[in-house]
Amino acid sequence: MNELNQVVFANIDEQEPWTIDSYIASGGYEAWKNILNNKDDSHKPENIIEIIQESGLRGRGGAGFPTGLKWSFMPTADTQKYIVCNSDESEPGTCHDRDILKLNPHALIEGIAIAGYAIGATIGYNYVRGEFMDECYPPIENALKEAYQHGLLGKDINNSGIDFDLYNFIGAGAYICGEETGLLESLEGKQGKPRFKPPFPANFGLYGQPTTVNNTQTLASVPMIIKNGSKWFKTFGTEKSPGTIIFSVSGHINNPGNYELPLGVPFNKLIEYSGGILNGKKLKAVIPGGSSTKVLPAHIIKDCTMDYESLQGAGSALGTAAVVVIAEGTCMVNLLKRISRFYFAESCGQCTPCREGTGWLYRILDRITNGNGKESDLELLVDVANRIEGNTICAFGDASAWPVQSFIEHYHEEFEYMVKHKGKTKAA
Amino acid sequence: MSLLNREIKEEIDLWVQKFPEGKQRSAIIAALHSVQHFNNGFLTSELMNEVAEYLDVPKIQVFEVASFYSMFNTQPVGKHEISVCTNISCMLRGSDQIVDHIEKRLQIKSGESTADGNIFLKKEEECLAACTGAPMLMLDHQYIENLDIKKVDEILDLLEKNNE
Repeated sequence: MNELNQVVFANIDEQEPWTIDSYIASGGYEAWKNILNNKDDSHKPENIIEIIQESGLRGRGGAGFPTGLKWSFMPTADTQKYIVCNSDESEPGTCHDRDILKLNPHALIEGIAIAGYAIGATIGYNYVRGEFMDECYPPIENALKEAYQHGLLGKDINNSGIDFDLYNFIGAGAYICGEETGLLESLEGKQGKPRFKPPFPANFGLYGQPTTVNNTQTLASVPMIIKNGSKWFKTFGTEKSPGTIIFSVSGHINNPGNYELPLGVPFNKLIEYSGGILNGKKLKAVIPGGSSTKVLPAHIIKDCTMDYESLQGAGSALGTAAVVVIAEGTCMVNLLKRISRFYFAESCGQCTPCREGTGWLYRILDRITNGNGKESDLELLVDVANRIEGNTICAFGDASAWPVQSFIEHYHEEFEYMVKHKGKTKAA
Repeated sequence: MSLLNREIKEEIDLWVQKFPEGKQRSAIIAALHSVQHFNNGFLTSELMNEVAEYLDVPKIQVFEVASFYSMFNTQPVGKHEISVCTNISCMLRGSDQIVDHIEKRLQIKSGESTADGNIFLKKEEECLAACTGAPMLMLDHQYIENLDIKKVDEILDLLEKNNE
C-alpha cells in the first residue's frame, strides 16, 4: 500500500487541487454537507467532538495536544465564540502549512467550518503569516470566495440553521505570533505578546470571548476524519500516535520536501523517501521537530520511529515534524549560534529570563565562535538556559533553552575544542 | 489633504468589515501593509498618524504595531526588498554565501539600501517557511527557492536592468 499522502494531501495529485470543483470531485465538502443536512441527527456538535477525540488527532503545530480534548474545553454557554486557525507557520524547518494553503485550501476551510460548528463558533479567523502575502494568501482568499459562492459558508447556510463566517487575516512578521495567545493579541491588532494563562483561550480568547486556536494541518485533517471515521484514521500510525503527519524534511538531504506519512514511520525509511543524505555523506545529527526540539545524534535517531512517543523516549520531541538533517562536517557550535540568534531576535521581551537570557546565550556563543570563549562559558550557557526554562509565561523560553542544553550535551567536545583553539572548529 | 488615497481607504474599509463593530483596531496591521505598499516600502510618522485617525484609534496603538513587526520599515528603504533566509535549513544549504555574495556585489551590508535607492537588503531574515527549497530569498513578497550564485546574479541583473 502506498503510504504517502493519505489524509491531508490525499487529493493534491489531482488537477488544480486548489479549486473547489477539483476538491468536490475528490469527495471534498461531503463531511460539511452532511452536517448541514443533518438528517439523522448523527452530526450534533458533541458527536463531532467525540469522533475527533476517538481518532486520537493531536495538534500538529508543535505541542501535540489532543485536538478533541481541546475542543471539549469550550464552554456551552450561549455567547459569541470563535475558532481561529494558526497559519502563522514560522518554526524553523517547518513549511507544510504553506503547501496546505497553496495546494489544498478547501480542506482547511472545510476543517475550520467543521471545528467552528463543533465548538459552537459562528465566526472563524485564519491567521496567515505576513510573509505569505503574495504566495499563500491569494489562494486561500480565492478558495474562501469560492466556498461562499457555493453556498457553503454564511448565515443559515442552505437553510440548515447553521451560521458560519470565515475571514482570512494577515500578520506582519513575528515568530511569537505562532504562540496561540500571542496570535490572539495580534489578531486584535496589538503587539503579539503572549498572555498569562490561565485564563486559557477557551474561556478568555479573542476579544475576551471563548476561542479555540488550532493549527492549519490539524484543521485540514478534520474533514477526512469526519467523512471516513475515527477508525479509518487510526488505521494509519501507531496505537498512541494515530494518523498521518506531514514531515518537512530539509537540510542535508537529496530530495528535501513535504512527505505526508503515517506516524511511526521508521527514521531510516523517512530518509529513504527523501532520497538519502546529501551527496552520500554520513549522517551526523537530526533536529526532529523544528528548531525548538532537542537535537539527536545519528546513533540515537537511527533507531527511532517518527512518532510522539519514540522521539520523546529518545530525549527530544516530534514538534512540528520538521526534520532538519545534518551531515558530518557540520560545525554544531556555529549551528547552535544561529539557532540562539533566532530566539534572541524573536523574544517578545515580556519575561525577563527570556528577554535577557536569550541575549546572553547568543553573545556567549558569538564570542566562542569568534575565538574569545572562556572555559567556564559552557557551564554558563547551560546555567543560563536552565534559568530560562520553565520561568516564562509561554513555551518560547523553553524552546530557546532546549537547543542549547541538547547541543552541549551531545557535542560537548566540539564546544570545548573551539574554546581551547580560539574559535577553530573541530567539525571540518 | 489626506495622505491616504482612495485605494488605501477602500482596502482598509474592507478589512474593518471583517471584525466585530468597535474592533477596528484589528485592522491596523492590514492598514499598515497597505500604506507601506503605496509609500515605496516604508512608513512615516505622518502616515501612521493618518492610519490612527482613519481607524479612530490612539496613535500609540499604530506606532507600537509598526515597531513590533519585522515586515514594517519605519525608515526609508530601497524600492525593492530582498530578504535572504539564513535560518538553519537555509544555513545548512549555503545561505551565508548567498548573503556574502549579495553584499559584495551591491556593496552594501545587510540592513542597508543601494545608493541609487533601488535595492534594500533586509537584515538577515528569520525562517520564511520554505525550508524544503533552501536556500531561498524573498523579493518583494515573492519566494524564490533553490538558490545558487548564478540564480542570485540573474535576479540582481534583472533588478538593475529594470532600474536603468
